[in-house]
Amino acid sequence: MQYSSQAVAKPYFIAAIGLFIGQILFGLIIGTQYVIGDFLFPEIPFNVARMVHTNLLIVWLLFGFMGAAYYLVPEEAERELFSPKLAIAMFWIFLVAGALTIVGYLAVPYATLAAATGNDLLPTMGREFLEQPTITKIGIVVVALAFLYNIGMTIITGRKTVINIVLLTGLTGLAVFFLFSFYNPINLVLDKMFWWWVVHLWVEGVWELIMGAILAFVLIRLTGVDREVIEKWLYVIIAMALITGIIGTGHHYYWIGTPEYWQWWGSIFSALEPIPFFMMTVFAFTMVNRRRKEHPNKAATLWALGCAVMAFLGAGVWGFLHTLAPVNFYTHGSQITAAHGHMAFYGAYVLIVITMISYAWPHLHHKAPAANGRAQLFEMWSFWIMTISIVFITLFLTGAGILQVYLQRVSDTPLPFMVVQDKIALFYWLRLWTGVIFFVGLCLYVYSFFAKDNKSLASS
Amino acid sequence: MSETFTKSMARNIYLGGSVFFFLLFLALSFDTLGALPKRDNRQNITPQVALGKKVWEENNCLGCHTLLGEGAYFAPELGNVYTRFGGSKEAIMGFIASRPVEGIPGRRSMPQFNLSNEELEAVAEFLKYTSEINAANWPPNVQG
Repeated sequence: MQYSSQAVAKPYFIAAIGLFIGQILFGLIIGTQYVIGDFLFPEIPFNVARMVHTNLLIVWLLFGFMGAAYYLVPEEAERELFSPKLAIAMFWIFLVAGALTIVGYLAVPYATLAAATGNDLLPTMGREFLEQPTITKIGIVVVALAFLYNIGMTIITGRKTVINIVLLTGLTGLAVFFLFSFYNPINLVLDKMFWWWVVHLWVEGVWELIMGAILAFVLIRLTGVDREVIEKWLYVIIAMALITGIIGTGHHYYWIGTPEYWQWWGSIFSALEPIPFFMMTVFAFTMVNRRRKEHPNKAATLWALGCAVMAFLGAGVWGFLHTLAPVNFYTHGSQITAAHGHMAFYGAYVLIVITMISYAWPHLHHKAPAANGRAQLFEMWSFWIMTISIVFITLFLTGAGILQVYLQRVSDTPLPFMVVQDKIALFYWLRLWTGVIFFVGLCLYVYSFFAKDNKSLASS
Repeated sequence: MSETFTKSMARNIYLGGSVFFFLLFLALSFDTLGALPKRDNRQNITPQVALGKKVWEENNCLGCHTLLGEGAYFAPELGNVYTRFGGSKEAIMGFIASRPVEGIPGRRSMPQFNLSNEELEAVAEFLKYTSEINAANWPPNVQG
């Protein structure tokens, strides 16, 4: 670690992993509710548990992004962070606000939470992924602004590199597009249209800038490849991400009341969306193959390569699978969507945050470039267990989705939703057990932070 | 990547490409806003529909159901439930109101939300309004 203020990243990473555990536990709860419908009912109904599952995901990824920025920006800007105190204060505000929101979800009915937090004054609740009370959303904006100010001032007064400028652009876009979460018209079509300005322009837009910048940063450190080469790749990748992804929003505008021409715009541009992800895979492997040094942190290299491959499979391939309008007509809002969502989020965003943690943690915690061999071994085991699990979760959900689409929407005698759900329950069971194995992988990952090497084990 | 393709060329593609396509996206979005009045059934947005949307949101219905295909995939699509229930608001109201508090043993069940009659009517009216949005003939059939 070159700058002492990089240490503020540490609590962010710890919180991220803690919330990740919570996310997976609630994933197991809703996975169980898919097959045992009355599990934890009526105490924790499915809608509440799912909201906790998805909101924890978003919040821990945001913790991860912020931690990554606090670690990366000082090193790139070649100066201490503008205000470490502000970063720590924002950490606690974000953590407490997040925790209170989750407690609110679980402790009282959602309608009570809406009433208690004054949703009447500015109704923003009850929309997928944006379920947070309005006051929490305002808190997110405050934290985001303070965060942008902090890293923005660090960059402005320090060295400007392609990596930190792209990262700052991505994070600014994240904050700007989140503002659309406050626009909630009664007109459902308008509501849905601009809801995607948050959700799509985040995950298939500005978040890709954040992901690209973090990947580029880690690859420079791990491989020693010339910065000029890596920055050129970064520019081309994010160019393709935005060129395809912005109009690619159109693949959400097929069936929500927006005009039919979106079926053309959306199909054509989103069919190109795998390109930046494919380039990211080629980029990561090319840089590692051309490495000029052997970095002792082998685990971080594995996470980085895994991230690029899984992002391409999850976001690229599984996205393409159902993005063309004539296909999407049948698959829209089915288990196919769920399959894609799971692998894309894991591949692109879960793994980029873990890549950064894996690279940064030894510097933050051990004052060394890499954790001991045994700890790295556990990390690598956890990578393979979690990654193979998510591949199978995706395959099982895809199987469920194909059957669902056929039985409910394609066959000559379409069956009702709940009848179809019973018929495909086997796939949900398989998904649930694979989820348990994923959780085992996550436990191993957590354990890797505490794993001592063989020498110190022998001496103790 | 080739030496003749320089970093500044890459940067220009990024800046030019993203600005151009964002402006194109804005233009298409403005065009869409102009086309929506003929499609989005706004003439039927009454205070009752507005209340219905509020009840819909404040009970997190999207946490289990899809509406025009968006939401969770745990419970049936509701964008066309008005049609599926035979064009009967009473059937929708009756279904929501009659959910058992303790659920159904072993099976998925909708929670009992204890909605007032006014709220029940409003939700049903909101779902009727939604079913009349021109969603390009989606869903493929009445099962949603």
